Amino acid sequence: MAGTTLSATEAIERRLRGGVTDWRSWIVEGALLLSLLIALGVLLVLLADIAVTAAPVFGERAVDFMTSPLSARPEGAGLVQGLIGSLLITLIVAVVALPIGIGAAIYLEEYARDTALNRFIRTNIRNLAGVPAIVYGLLGLAVFVTVLGMGRILLAGGLTLAVLVLPIVVITTSEALVAVPESIREAALGVGATRWETIRSHVLPYAAPGIFTGTILSLARAFGETAPLLLVGAIAGTFSASGGPIDQVTSRYTTLPTIIFHWAGYPQDEFRALGAAAIAVLLGLILLVNGAAIFLRNRYDRKW
Amino acid sequence: MTATDPLVPPPLAAVDLRIAPARRRREAIVRTLFLAAAALSIVISGGIILTLIGNALGFVLQVDPSALWTNGWFPRRGMYDVPTIVTGTLVISVIAMVVAAPLGIGAAIYLSEYAGSRARKALKPIIEILAAIPSVVLGFFAISFISPALVQTLFPGTPLFNLLSAGIAVGILITPLVASIAEDAMHAVPAYLREAAYGLGARRRTTSIRVVVPAAVSGIVAALILGVSRAIGETMIVAMAAGATGGSLFNLNPLDQGQTMTAAMTALAIGSDQVRGAELTFESLYFVGMLLFFFTFGLNLLSDAFVRRVRRGY
Repeated sequence: MAGTTLSATEAIERRLRGGVTDWRSWIVEGALLLSLLIALGVLLVLLADIAVTAAPVFGERAVDFMTSPLSARPEGAGLVQGLIGSLLITLIVAVVALPIGIGAAIYLEEYARDTALNRFIRTNIRNLAGVPAIVYGLLGLAVFVTVLGMGRILLAGGLTLAVLVLPIVVITTSEALVAVPESIREAALGVGATRWETIRSHVLPYAAPGIFTGTILSLARAFGETAPLLLVGAIAGTFSASGGPIDQVTSRYTTLPTIIFHWAGYPQDEFRALGAAAIAVLLGLILLVNGAAIFLRNRYDRKW
Repeated sequence: MTATDPLVPPPLAAVDLRIAPARRRREAIVRTLFLAAAALSIVISGGIILTLIGNALGFVLQVDPSALWTNGWFPRRGMYDVPTIVTGTLVISVIAMVVAAPLGIGAAIYLSEYAGSRARKALKPIIEILAAIPSVVLGFFAISFISPALVQTLFPGTPLFNLLSAGIAVGILITPLVASIAEDAMHAVPAYLREAAYGLGARRRTTSIRVVVPAAVSGIVAALILGVSRAIGETMIVAMAAGATGGSLFNLNPLDQGQTMTAAMTALAIGSDQVRGAELTFESLYFVGMLLFFFTFGLNLLSDAFVRRVRRGY
């Protein structure tokens, strides 16, 4: 039954098209689909290339590779300092950029009236989000390393990336706040809540999934960022960092992406393999965290 | 504020409706804190502009003007040829856009106009994930795959480090960005325009290309401009794959090594210990940074203007 209906429809469609197959439409659709497939296929090629190059490292010394410090000898070099450095930097970014960024977004979306100052702040934040990462490195070098006299320590790197990520946190948080309908706010304001009480009890709970995803994505961005850290002193030569977290924060440091950058530049093939293995670790962490955040957002995406 | 006895509400005076001083105070404090957080962005912008201009001015005043227009970019030898690094950046951006514009817009049209809603829901997050790949990873990919397997096979005799491989990798990096913004723009085109086209008997191809794309053109152009801006500011891929870390002659050939503004900056930064020896090389870092800042700033403003045209459209 269904089959005959379908063929009847097809027959009518065919007659409407004058009995010819529409090759041009096929070509256009094919070309569009092809561009989508290429864009996605590159990801597969990239992952395959990394996996193949990295396989020997994980096959021979998976644990040793994760727990060894940097070394000029490829058979002994490992990631541990980069992992610690990257995690500490991401932590600093989270502590500094998230409260400020979310606060700024709350001001702009919940408090700010349409004044010249507020419009200027809004435009300014959008522009800051478009400033190339390496320019933030220059800012960090001038302000944190030189003027504040911190030197090339981990804290300076963390603060630099916090400044870099701040506008992104503001923008994603703003989007999440705007998506909460006005009626929710009016419900709270109507029973006499103040602005802040309304925000805390009504707006933030509904905006939380969006804010959460946005902040995760921006922290992942900080985790994978390299260029500004090269300017504020992430190093890849061998160095010994020991002591508690406080000592680590105020000493020389390296990060996972910085290590990848330097290993990729060494002439030996062994370091090429180590670089691929380090990328596998970096991509694994970033894709896992981002994938989870995006999945959760789509899952809890609320249609009002 | 609530009445204790719901049946007999006490008479209300204006005083009762006034907010308690403690709540009012907390409200004011919270508001001020949030305002301070928002105003911090102005401080950051001011900081960027001041450090860039201040240090770059120091460089421009001290450097011999003829050194800014010579035979190449060799900061250690006092040669700061601006055309060299600007053309390097342009070559990279053009290659990147040749890759990213058709792929990104094609993928966007397919996602917005052809893909079913389930396919779209599955594919959009994948594009977002693609956009999150750090640029060091693509820099590595450029020298481990794109250059040896693609560029050197097509053009034998090409050095491993060349502008073409770096440009392709930058193109791959910005494709998801272009696709995502262009898709948003096309998705925002109201359905009645499509329905009108179909009602006139237009094919899907005609509707997509003659109706939806022109209606979303401001957003698509904005996506492309933002892509160019990102390509100009992209650092790691170029620093890893374009070669010429020691300096470069003026070069327009994409199959050769070349220097961009961003790669010149990392080269200066990595050799920072030597940099401190020469007086001006350190300041030249800020000079290049300022050039980069104004290039991307201009492009971002332009893209913003196009986006605003979209919003006014419907």
